[in-house]
Amino acid sequence: MDDLIKYAPDLLAGFLENVKLSLICAVLALVLGTILVSMRVSPTPVLRGAGTVYVNIVRNTPLTLVLAFSSLGLSDTIGLAFSATPSTNSFWLVVFGLSAYTATFVCEALRAGINTVPLGQAEAARAIGLTFLQSLRLIILPQAFRTVVAPLGSVMIAMIKNTTVAIAGGYLMESAFVMRDTFDDTGVSIPIFVGLVIAFMAVTLPVGFVTSRLASKLAVAR
Amino acid sequence: MTEPGDPRPLVNLEGVNKHFGTLHVLKDINLSVARGEVVVVIGPSGGGKSTLCRLVNRLETIDAGKITFDGQELPAEGKALARFRSDVGMVFQSFNLFSHKTILENVTLGPIKVRKVSKSEADKRGMELLERVGIASQAGKYPAQLSGGQQQRTAIARALAMNPKMILFDEPTSALDPEMVQEVLDVMTGLARDGMTMMVVTHEMGFARRAANRVVFMAGGEIVEEAEPDAFFTNPRTDRARDFLSKILTH
Repeated sequence: MDDLIKYAPDLLAGFLENVKLSLICAVLALVLGTILVSMRVSPTPVLRGAGTVYVNIVRNTPLTLVLAFSSLGLSDTIGLAFSATPSTNSFWLVVFGLSAYTATFVCEALRAGINTVPLGQAEAARAIGLTFLQSLRLIILPQAFRTVVAPLGSVMIAMIKNTTVAIAGGYLMESAFVMRDTFDDTGVSIPIFVGLVIAFMAVTLPVGFVTSRLASKLAVAR
Repeated sequence: MTEPGDPRPLVNLEGVNKHFGTLHVLKDINLSVARGEVVVVIGPSGGGKSTLCRLVNRLETIDAGKITFDGQELPAEGKALARFRSDVGMVFQSFNLFSHKTILENVTLGPIKVRKVSKSEADKRGMELLERVGIASQAGKYPAQLSGGQQQRTAIARALAMNPKMILFDEPTSALDPEMVQEVLDVMTGLARDGMTMMVVTHEMGFARRAANRVVFMAGGEIVEEAEPDAFFTNPRTDRARDFLSKILTH
């Protein structure tokens, strides 16, 4: 218990980095996932193909490799830099990798949602003169989104926990790394470990609770 | 807008063929619909009636032949196709109201998003249309809260909101409970009387007799017979039509 109290400020600072990563990646992954699913259901074969290839490659690559690629491939080799400060740069590289990775799961959840929307909805949308993008945005996606709020919650929970492998992208400030670092210096401490688990659950449990409540509230009656 | 006096047909199908896989569902269809005309398409199930109806606003594509609307060949895709469809109303068998939108929103969505009408104007006109089809009091409800007949009348109001040159009805009463069929047919009869150009696929022979200018009898993917309703029902020329009518009119 003493360990936990002693190292709490460091761990909390690290945990706030996890929260920061989660918030930014959640927004980016939802946006990119929506774009990807629009590509995957679009009438243009090239877009459909590109979306499918992207999702299948990125979704099936281990996250640590995606993050390592962001850091070693994009940054070190190609020279993509978000900032001159190394820690800020690696923060954004992790955001990039984690968003790109999570977006594929968002895309597939949304695609499952789209499959639950009856074909007649799209036909009626087309019949009043909506373009493909308008019917997607106004008719199909809103209904698809409502049916997959709960699975999207699971995707978000997985993503929040995935922020703890940010070290693979070279980012060393988040809490799991801080914890390991502390253990290396002082020996393993069960209270610190448990404390960090509770901190994560304090974030992920509400996400699960809120999304399942939303799911039943937003459900579309047919 | 539709000028009833214009002698050119509004819709013209020439040598239209359509296959679903190996099934030849429409065979050399030639048909035209004049402005202000009400054409009722009847015939046995699987005869290609719905497909014919869906061709006219290109919800189905054709394999061969030519379809013109208002003198123009139907656009193949993209914005031009969307613009064309906004001029042709469609009423489906299963209503297909937007489930996540209220009754009024269902009616105003097209005018606001496609015609770029202001929301207040669209709402005003939407309420007028809901009044006309007799469901203004339900405007704030969602489709699932309404009866089938009310949903179908909403669908008709949704089509009317676009000020279409024509409305296609694909078996509009087939999914309704019997006591709700009449309320929908009444709205349709009113439209016909007001001069709306309509193509109606239906099994409602009473409606065909009362409101149609012409009956098209389809079977096996072909137009077997075309006639005025009275002539068709009292004195069909083909055996196929006689056979069909004897099966449905004896009860």
